Amino acid sequence: MQTANLLPLVLVLAVVAYFLAHSRSRAVAEPIGGIRNLKSLPFYYAARASLWCAIPALLVLAAWAGFEAKVIQMIVIGSLPPELAPDSAGRASLLLSQISNIASGRLSPEFAPEGVVAAAELLETLRAQSKTFMTILVLLIAVLGASFAWTRVAPHINAREKVEKTLLRIFFVCAAIAILTTLGIVFSVIMETFRFFQQIPFWDFITGTSWSPQMALRADQVGAEGAFGVIPLFTGTLLISVIALLVAVPTGLLSAIYLSEYASKRVRSVAKPLLEMLAGVPTVVYGFFAALTVAPFIREFAEMIGLTASSQSALAAGLVMGIMIIPFISSLSDDVINAVPQTMRDGSLALGATQSETMKKVIFPAALPGIMGGILLAASRAIGETMIVVMAAGLAANLTVNPLDTVTTVTVQIVTLLVGDQEFDSPKTLSAFALGMLLFVVTLLLNVIALKVVRKYREQYD
Amino acid sequence: MSINEKIPNVATKPDEAPMTKQAAALAVEAKREDIAVEEGKTVGLPYSDNPKFKLRNVEVFYGEERAIKNISLDIARNEVISFIGPSGCGKSTFLRCLNRMNDSIDICQVKGQLLLDDVDIYHSKRDVVELRARIGMVFQKPNPFPKSIYDNVAYGPRIHGLANRKSDLDEIVENSLRKAGLWNEVKDRLDATATGMSGGQQQRLCIARAIAVSPEVILMDEPCSALDPIATAKVEELIAEMSESYTIVIVTHSMQQAARVSHRTAYFHLGHLVEVNETDKVFTSPEHELTESYITGRFG
Repeated sequence: MQTANLLPLVLVLAVVAYFLAHSRSRAVAEPIGGIRNLKSLPFYYAARASLWCAIPALLVLAAWAGFEAKVIQMIVIGSLPPELAPDSAGRASLLLSQISNIASGRLSPEFAPEGVVAAAELLETLRAQSKTFMTILVLLIAVLGASFAWTRVAPHINAREKVEKTLLRIFFVCAAIAILTTLGIVFSVIMETFRFFQQIPFWDFITGTSWSPQMALRADQVGAEGAFGVIPLFTGTLLISVIALLVAVPTGLLSAIYLSEYASKRVRSVAKPLLEMLAGVPTVVYGFFAALTVAPFIREFAEMIGLTASSQSALAAGLVMGIMIIPFISSLSDDVINAVPQTMRDGSLALGATQSETMKKVIFPAALPGIMGGILLAASRAIGETMIVVMAAGLAANLTVNPLDTVTTVTVQIVTLLVGDQEFDSPKTLSAFALGMLLFVVTLLLNVIALKVVRKYREQYD
Repeated sequence: MSINEKIPNVATKPDEAPMTKQAAALAVEAKREDIAVEEGKTVGLPYSDNPKFKLRNVEVFYGEERAIKNISLDIARNEVISFIGPSGCGKSTFLRCLNRMNDSIDICQVKGQLLLDDVDIYHSKRDVVELRARIGMVFQKPNPFPKSIYDNVAYGPRIHGLANRKSDLDEIVENSLRKAGLWNEVKDRLDATATGMSGGQQQRLCIARAIAVSPEVILMDEPCSALDPIATAKVEELIAEMSESYTIVIVTHSMQQAARVSHRTAYFHLGHLVEVNETDKVFTSPEHELTESYITGRFG
């Protein structure tokens, strides 16, 4: 049976085990005077049975599915006659794909050596055997697990403790998955970054002021020496993010204050969801808006007042990105401002403070950590945003702080470096990972600094 | 429509026939519901010759619901008056009318005449900021701002511009803390955050914060309900001292507290002001049957 079919079957078995154990626990309780004389409620006996049924079986299933291919490959390679045995990893994988192609009938066996054909047959049989064996084993374990739990449905056994402990472990695993994924991402990036820095010196990368990642493919190719200086990219990223935050922080914060303190309930109930809708607009759509509406407008306006602006500009991208991140700031700030206890407001108002004094001097300081959290989230969105920048700010890595010029950002460069066919031994491709790593470190630093700042200035109200 | 308006007025009818024991017991059971209050009729001494507050025919609505029903009362200068009554009787609502703290509740509407020193509190041109600067308030749960002790007390003087120099402000803070009996406990840690103090200290800090603006009246909404007996005793002591210079209105659930601190006591029942009298008189020989039931603990 296929793994995909086995999985739901095990789950069905777990449900069956649940109901069987549930009715058994009630049957056990009957002669001794009802459920109250059981150590645990029937639910816990039933849950325990289904956990016993599902978890070991699923673990075995996962292990089997994970190692099956590797083990079979090893056996198949081992079965080859000595003259055909591969001498390198590359050859082995070529040979294996040939074998499996013959086995699946995509390649005619006539053109292959006899040993390979035999290996293909072996592969076929092993696969079939493995499937059968796995099905039997998994189902057996499921049934055994359930029967074990069935025998443990007894008045003196406390199933609740066991179920709660198991659930606790499941929670832990879920939390661990998130953390391990982050670690995994970091490690995968670190490896490639390391390879990049073997070819390009670290200081050239960090302090270089020109970015032009084209590498010469042939010795006589001109104009493609490759320059890997990140300063222009980070300047571009910072320029656009700063413009975006300059738009979003005041707008978002003031709208949050309006919504939470001054707006009537009716206005609030309409305005807040509308504002939050901004966050749901796909960034590509913002990109259209930036490239087709805002950028031309900025260029015309700049020409009108006698400045020159390129048709793609940091200002256009920054403005639209600012609009995009308004809801992060306004919605989160609104929530934390609302969470400041009413007694604080009353205390201030009763002293004769106006609403705005109360806001500035009492509520805002108390809500500061949450507000900073919102701004940080918005800032990381701004730094990581790609689509709007590609469409509205361009790809040219200019080292400039003029918002009317075209600039590019770290994320945009990563995308352009990794789109299309890539050779993973060229610094051009590897530089994408170095950029990603640097971006990760910078964002992390920003977070740490912001946390420190918040700790220093926060006013805790309880 | 309130419950009382629907119920026939039995209190004014004399007993028509001698009751059996059983009937008498039933009557006691039913008393709370049956004793009616005549709207706007308050027994005792609701008026004063020298009123700080002159309140006439005050009604408060929460949407359609009438929470305060036609109350008239004078609060004299430099008196301590306590409002007592069962939960939900409107005493806190009434208190919050005096400094317009109900303004922030959208559906709340106040009608009638409320005068502070003969000037209308609810006049449309009345400056709420000035009004609240003259009427300090202390709340049920201590609510110090999450700032330092110094900044808490200095908050009011700062927003009203009461001090021109830092030294003036220091003086105001010290005096207020002294009056609140807190100076000796906190003088070495004025920069410490106020939320780290004990509940009783926090409440006295809130009193100091209110005094710092030099109000004429101090409203206290169950100021001791979240405090332990020792902290309560300190606050009560403070109220006695403060009564020399301020008019104090205190809402309390503790009848002992009302008896200890106040000159006059007002008994509220379901939005009516049933009886106002000298505190001694209210607790020894109440005139109204409802007051008697309440203070003897028949309901509460």
